[in-house]
Amino acid sequence: MTSVTELPADQVRAPALEMRGITKRYPGVVANDHIDLDVRPGEIHALLGENGAGKTTLMNILYGLARPNEGEILIDGEVVRIAGPSDAIDRGINMVHQHFMLVPVLTVAENILLGEETMANPIFLDRGEARRRIKELGQRFGFEIDPDAKVGDLSVGWQQRVEILKALYRNARVLVLDEPTAVLTPQETDEIFAVLRRLAASGHSIVFISHKLYEVLAIADRITVIRRGRVVGQRIPSETNEGDLAALMVGRDVQLVVNRGESHPADTRLAVHGLTVADDGGNEAVRGVDFEIRAGEILGIAGVAGNGQDELVQAIVGLRRPTSGTVTLDGRDVTTASTREMTNLGVGYVPADRHRFGLVLEFSVSDNVILTDYYRPPYARGIVRNDAAISERGAVAVKEYDIRAPSAEVRAGTLSGGNQQKVVVAREMDGDLRLLVLDQPTRGLDVGSIEFIHRQAVRKRDAGTAVLLVSAELDEVLELSDRVAVMYRGRIVSIVDGRTADRNEVGLLMATGTRHEAATADLAGTTGADGAASARP
Amino acid sequence: MTTPAAPAQGPGRRRLDSARIGQIRTAIVLPLIALVLALVIGSVFVYAAAWLKDGKILLSQPLLAYGALLSGSLLSYDAIVTTLTFTAPLVFGGLAVALGFKGGLFNIGVLGQLLMGVLASVAVGVALAGAPTIVAAPLAFLAGTLAGAVMGFIPGYLKAATGAHEVVTTIMLNYIGADILAAFVAGPLRVPRAPAPITYDVGHAALPIFLPKTGHVGIIIAVVAVVVVWWLLYRTTLGFEIRTAGINPDAARYAGMRPGRIIPLTMAMSGALAGMAGAGELLGVVHKTQTSYATNVGFDAIAVALLARSNPIAILPAALLFGAMRAGAGPMQVIATTPRELVDVLQGVILIVLVAVPVIARTFGGRGGDVIPAEAITITATYGGDKVAS
Repeated sequence: MTSVTELPADQVRAPALEMRGITKRYPGVVANDHIDLDVRPGEIHALLGENGAGKTTLMNILYGLARPNEGEILIDGEVVRIAGPSDAIDRGINMVHQHFMLVPVLTVAENILLGEETMANPIFLDRGEARRRIKELGQRFGFEIDPDAKVGDLSVGWQQRVEILKALYRNARVLVLDEPTAVLTPQETDEIFAVLRRLAASGHSIVFISHKLYEVLAIADRITVIRRGRVVGQRIPSETNEGDLAALMVGRDVQLVVNRGESHPADTRLAVHGLTVADDGGNEAVRGVDFEIRAGEILGIAGVAGNGQDELVQAIVGLRRPTSGTVTLDGRDVTTASTREMTNLGVGYVPADRHRFGLVLEFSVSDNVILTDYYRPPYARGIVRNDAAISERGAVAVKEYDIRAPSAEVRAGTLSGGNQQKVVVAREMDGDLRLLVLDQPTRGLDVGSIEFIHRQAVRKRDAGTAVLLVSAELDEVLELSDRVAVMYRGRIVSIVDGRTADRNEVGLLMATGTRHEAATADLAGTTGADGAASARP
Repeated sequence: MTTPAAPAQGPGRRRLDSARIGQIRTAIVLPLIALVLALVIGSVFVYAAAWLKDGKILLSQPLLAYGALLSGSLLSYDAIVTTLTFTAPLVFGGLAVALGFKGGLFNIGVLGQLLMGVLASVAVGVALAGAPTIVAAPLAFLAGTLAGAVMGFIPGYLKAATGAHEVVTTIMLNYIGADILAAFVAGPLRVPRAPAPITYDVGHAALPIFLPKTGHVGIIIAVVAVVVVWWLLYRTTLGFEIRTAGINPDAARYAGMRPGRIIPLTMAMSGALAGMAGAGELLGVVHKTQTSYATNVGFDAIAVALLARSNPIAILPAALLFGAMRAGAGPMQVIATTPRELVDVLQGVILIVLVAVPVIARTFGGRGGDVIPAEAITITATYGGDKVAS
C-alpha cells in the first residue's frame, strides 16, 4: 500500500473535496438546500451549525449513508458517486463518529484491522504488518500508541486517536470529525487539536463539525456556517469572532454568556454527607461525597462524564438508593425519599437524557408537561383525567416557556431538541422550587435554547432556589456556577469559587483529580484504571 | 427543526396534517390492502385444494368459496348471529392483547388465562346451576374473570420482581393452564360414571340468550368491555400510567410512577379480559367442558390486536372480521367444498402484510418508513428483558 500523504503535485491545487448544490429533502423538511462546500488539501474546514441545521445530513450524504436529491460530489475535481460508506472509504473519505465505533476488549491493532484486514494471507490476519504500520503512522503524526493495548483500557482521548488512526490506516485523505471534543477535557482537546494540525500540515483535509464557537475559531482555517439547511456564510477565524459566528448560526444576536449577576445565598438548603452510591453493576460510583448548597446559590459539578455524576444525581432525586450517607433538604432527611416525594417537596429535576427520562415522545406536549402531576388535582379528579385542565396547562406552558409548537396537542417527538427541552423545563422549573437539579440541561441544544435555559436557571437562583448543575461542558459550569465542585472517580476532589476559577486548573482537576501538572503524564498512553474510569460512556 | 427565529405555525401545521393523513392511511388503507391481498393469495389455495380433490379446476371456484364464506357469515339472520357469537371471545381476547401492548407487554398467554376462565366459570356455574340466573350467571362470569386475572398477574409479578420476560412465562403458563383444567375436569368436576371425563352443565348459570338462537349476553358484555378499556386507557390516571410505562418505562419511573406495580396490574387486567373470553364461551355457548378445551381464540386474539393496532375501539371491527371468517368457514366447506382451513390462510396473509410489510418497506427505505406498528416493536425489541421494572 502506498503512503497516504504523498499526493501527486497536480492534485494539490484542486479542492480535495467539493460538494456542489447538495439538496436533500425529507417529507416536509429540506434538510440541505443547495449546500456548497469545498475543502482544500491540508485545510481544516469547520462546519458550524446548530443541531438540526443539516450538518449531519450533509456528512451522511458525503459518507454515502443518504442519497441527495440534487447536487454532486467532486473529489480532486472529479465527479464521483458515493453509494455507501465503503465507496467513501475507497475514495479516501473517513469519518470519526461522535460515538466511537471501537470494540473495547480488542487491542488497538485488532480494532484497526476490523473490516480492513490486510490480507497478505487469505486465512490469517497479518498482525505483524499491521502493528508496524500503526507504529509508523503514530510516530509520523505525533501520537505513538501501543498497538497491543486494549482499547477499553485507554482514556477517551486516546480512544479517539485510535479512531483517527483507523482512518489513516485506511489511507484517508479527507477526515470528517463529528463533534470530536464533546467527550474530552480541555487538555485532551488541546492534544487532539495538535494532532489535527499535524495531519493538516501533512496534506490531509479535515472537516471539523462543531457547534462550539471558540473551538472552531481555535482550530479552523475556514468556517462554513449553515442554518436551516443553507450555507449562511463563510468566515476566516482572523476576521470574525464568537458573537459574529453565533449571530450567523442562530440568525439573530444572542447573548453568549448569561449574566449570572450577584448571588445572595441564604441558609443551607441541600446537604449531602458521606454519600456513597453504587452503579447498576454494584460498583461504588460515588464514594463518600460531601457538599452543601445554600438557597439562592448555584453549585456546579464539573467532571468528565462517567465519574459518578449520574449516580450522584439519581441518589439525590430519589431514583437510586444510596448505600450509605445522608441527603437532607432544609434539615429534613430525604435519603430514602421516592422521586414523587421529592417532587412534592419542591425538587425540580431536568434529567440528562430527555428522550429516555424527561419525555414520552409519543405523548402530546400537554401530557408531558403534567407527567409528574398527572395524578392530582386539577389534572385528575379521583382516577379520571381532567383533559380540559391538562390541555389548558399545556397551552399555558407553550406560551410561557416559548415552546415552538403548532399547539400543545402535538406529539413531543415532533418538536426540535431545544423545544423538547423547554417542555421538560416547563414541567420541572415551574412554581416555587426548593431545589433544582439540572443534569446536562443543554446537551445537544442550539445556542438560542441554551441561552433560554441558562436564564431560567439564574432566575430560579435569584428566586431563592438551590440549584445543582451537572454538566460535562466545563464552560457551562464555569459560566453559571457560584461554586464549582470537581468530581473525579466518584469523589469531589475540590470545590472552587465559580467566578475566579481557572479553566485550566479545573480541567486538570477533572482529568487527574489533582492540581499538579506532573499528573498529566498519566494522561499519555495507556492509563490503566484512570483511563478505564474516564472511558465509560 | 424550527430554529428560534422560525415562525411556529407554517411548517408545523403542515407536518401535523401530513402526519394525520399518514395515520389514517395506515389505519384504514393498509388493512384493506391486506384483506384484498389475502383474498387474491387465498384464491391460489382454493384452486390448489379443488385440483387436489377433484383433479380439475373451475375458474370461478374462488368466487364460489368467498361467496359461501360471505353468505355463511353475513347474509342471513342466523349467519349474522353466528358471526357475533364467534366475535365476542375475539373481542375479549383482542382487548387482552391490546391492553398488554399498550403497557409494553406481549401477553401470549391469553390461551392459558382463557382456560382458567373456563375452569372457574364452569366450577361456579355447576355449583350454582340451580340458582336463579340473575345470581348464578354473573357470579360464574365473575369467577372466570378473576381466575383469568390471577393467571395474568403471575407473569406480571414475575416480570416486575425478577425480570422474567412475559413472553416466556406466558407461553409456559399456557401449558400449565391446559393441564390445570384437565386435572379439575378429570377430578373434582367430573360427572361420576361418565364414559369420558366431562363436567355437568352449568344450567341456570348459563348466560341468557338475547338474540335467538345463539346470541348470548356475552356479546353485549364484549361491547361494553371495549368502551371500558378505551375509557381506562385514555381517560384515567391509571391508563396514563400504563401507557407511559409501556412506551417509556424509564420516564415513568422518573416521573414517580412505579412500573413494578403497574406491570403486574396491567397483566392482571389483561388476564381478566382473557378470562372473560373463556367465561363467555363456557357460559354462553358450550355450558360444559371436557378435559381439553379446543379454541383458536388464544392466538387469533393476537392477530385481532395487531389488526386493530391495539386501539380498543378498532378491536370491534377487527374481531368482527375474524369472527365472520370463523362463522363462514363451516358453510363454505359444505357449499363450496373448500377446506375451512382457507380461513387460516387468509388470516395469516393479513397478518404478514400488516406486520411485515411496514418493516420491509422501512428496510428498503420506502414510504412505509414510519409506520412500523408499536406492537411489532414491543414484540421484537422488548425481547431482551431490558424493560425490567424496579
